[in-house]
Amino acid sequence: MRAAPATSGRAWDRLSLRHKRVIWAWGFLALPIVFYGMIRFWPTLEALALSFTNWNLLKPASFVGFENYIRLWNDPLFWQVFRNTFAYLIIGTPISLIISFVIAYYLDRVRFMHGFIRALYFLPFLTTAVAMAWVWRWFYQPVPIGVFNGLLTWLGLPQQPFLRSTTQALPAILAPAVWAGLGFQVIIFIAGLRAIPTSYYEAARIDGVSEFTILRRITIPLLKPTIVFLVVFSSIGFLRIFDQVYNMNFNDPGGPLNSTKPLVLMIYQTAFKSFDMGYAAAQTVVLFMILLVVSLIQLRILKDR
Amino acid sequence: MSMNAATLDHRSSFRSVRPGQVIAWTLLFLGGIVMITPILFMLSTSLKDASQVYDLRLVPESPTLDNYITVLSDGRFLRWFLNSLFVAVAVTLSNVFFDSLVGYTLAKFRFRGRYFIFIAILSTLMIPTEMLVIPWYLMASSFGWIDTYWGIMFPGMMTAFGTFLMKQFFETVPDEFLEAARVDGLNEFSIWWRVAMPLVTPALSALAIFTFLGNWTAFFWPLIVTNSRELYTLPVGLSSFAVEQAIQWEMIMTGASLATIPTLFVFLLLQRYIVRGVMLAGLKG
Repeated sequence: MRAAPATSGRAWDRLSLRHKRVIWAWGFLALPIVFYGMIRFWPTLEALALSFTNWNLLKPASFVGFENYIRLWNDPLFWQVFRNTFAYLIIGTPISLIISFVIAYYLDRVRFMHGFIRALYFLPFLTTAVAMAWVWRWFYQPVPIGVFNGLLTWLGLPQQPFLRSTTQALPAILAPAVWAGLGFQVIIFIAGLRAIPTSYYEAARIDGVSEFTILRRITIPLLKPTIVFLVVFSSIGFLRIFDQVYNMNFNDPGGPLNSTKPLVLMIYQTAFKSFDMGYAAAQTVVLFMILLVVSLIQLRILKDR
Repeated sequence: MSMNAATLDHRSSFRSVRPGQVIAWTLLFLGGIVMITPILFMLSTSLKDASQVYDLRLVPESPTLDNYITVLSDGRFLRWFLNSLFVAVAVTLSNVFFDSLVGYTLAKFRFRGRYFIFIAILSTLMIPTEMLVIPWYLMASSFGWIDTYWGIMFPGMMTAFGTFLMKQFFETVPDEFLEAARVDGLNEFSIWWRVAMPLVTPALSALAIFTFLGNWTAFFWPLIVTNSRELYTLPVGLSSFAVEQAIQWEMIMTGASLATIPTLFVFLLLQRYIVRGVMLAGLKG
């Protein structure tokens, strides 16, 4: 990159400084433009195009119009998966944000061993989801293996089926995802809390306003950019959940009876187990639409208030 | 540095310790212990032999490293560990180089099409990886990249997030610094590399930490693009290992510990930078 302009010799010397800088700029951008074109934009268009074809890798793709989308609409599994995907979002996002806000709100005021306590909350964020999925899977086993059922039995309560139950499995899989994300959200909340000018608090204290009113009238409104970021960011994460689901019920991923299967797992199975590429591509386009619409709705609602 | 300033914040003035604060501290502390309990149980079980697994006490009665010796003896974990390390380091270096080069160009050069390029790159943030994996897979198949390191790495060599983050930071670098270097006769590449880059090291470390962690823990794409055990990354290898071990929980926990301990260790060394990096990336990103 450095050599290219130098070799053009005298012609290069005659260029004005401004023109030279423009050439440098395009030189810097050349490889990245190729990258984004080939690895981001072209595949996006290809996924869209594939979603209108019937293709199983064996015979050439044939154009089938909206057939994949119609098939998806009429697929009861898709609607089950759709509900599951939103269940992860609707349970996961509020719970994780409320817990992390409460932790951050109090942790921000703690000075004694602040770094140590913060580290305790942050450590799970650095773990590998696959590793922790297996740890949690072990926790959910029946006695005498599982920790949770061991605890329940010790307390004299009945054992729970957890991952073996169609109603309990989804929250059970969500728990490690929420747990692992808390530390990140706490750190971001603390950063947001510290960005609020202390003069607001001083003014409120002088006026003798209660702590709760300060929280409601000053802290939360001024924290809105942070809240918007975390709501959108964590929602996208929950809508794309995969690692935990795949590993925690490995013998029947998405089970029992598809009760925990999210859209990304359906995509994975359609594309790389059944090799029904056109149908899988249509599912990825639907995932894209879901992410886009959910983010836009959240931004609209949160920005207005 | 910013952390020190923040902890001196007068909001947390503890001249008189009130009971409420003691209760809040105690609850936060207990909550923190609960948070790391899964990690502690994992480590504890990895130190137990098969006969002790059903004993759910956190401190093993007779701790042993036998599980680690067994798991590490056939070399698979070491291989997966090195695969993950190589992939994560290579992708991180690529991102630190290219994301900052592009971010710098978009922040500090004036040329027609600049805004268009910026919006085009930023728009790729909206496209979920899952939508791209099928075309990537087809691309990797036709170029023979399945089951290669490059196959695992190529989708992440540059990211819009990193580019955006670096652009934000390069915008805070005063033009006078760059102008002075220009007067000294440095070429544009050297100005970026030798003058601008050292001024944004906090952002670079934030980018490096995020990219490394993201690739170290990545599961979805490596699962798709690797077929042979030799090319598995640590998460994919661990998943296949755990399936194979079935109910030998002490072995599974040993594998999980091997995947977790290195990042925890790095965290203990670099806690301050990592937390600051997360804050920077979260606020600017």
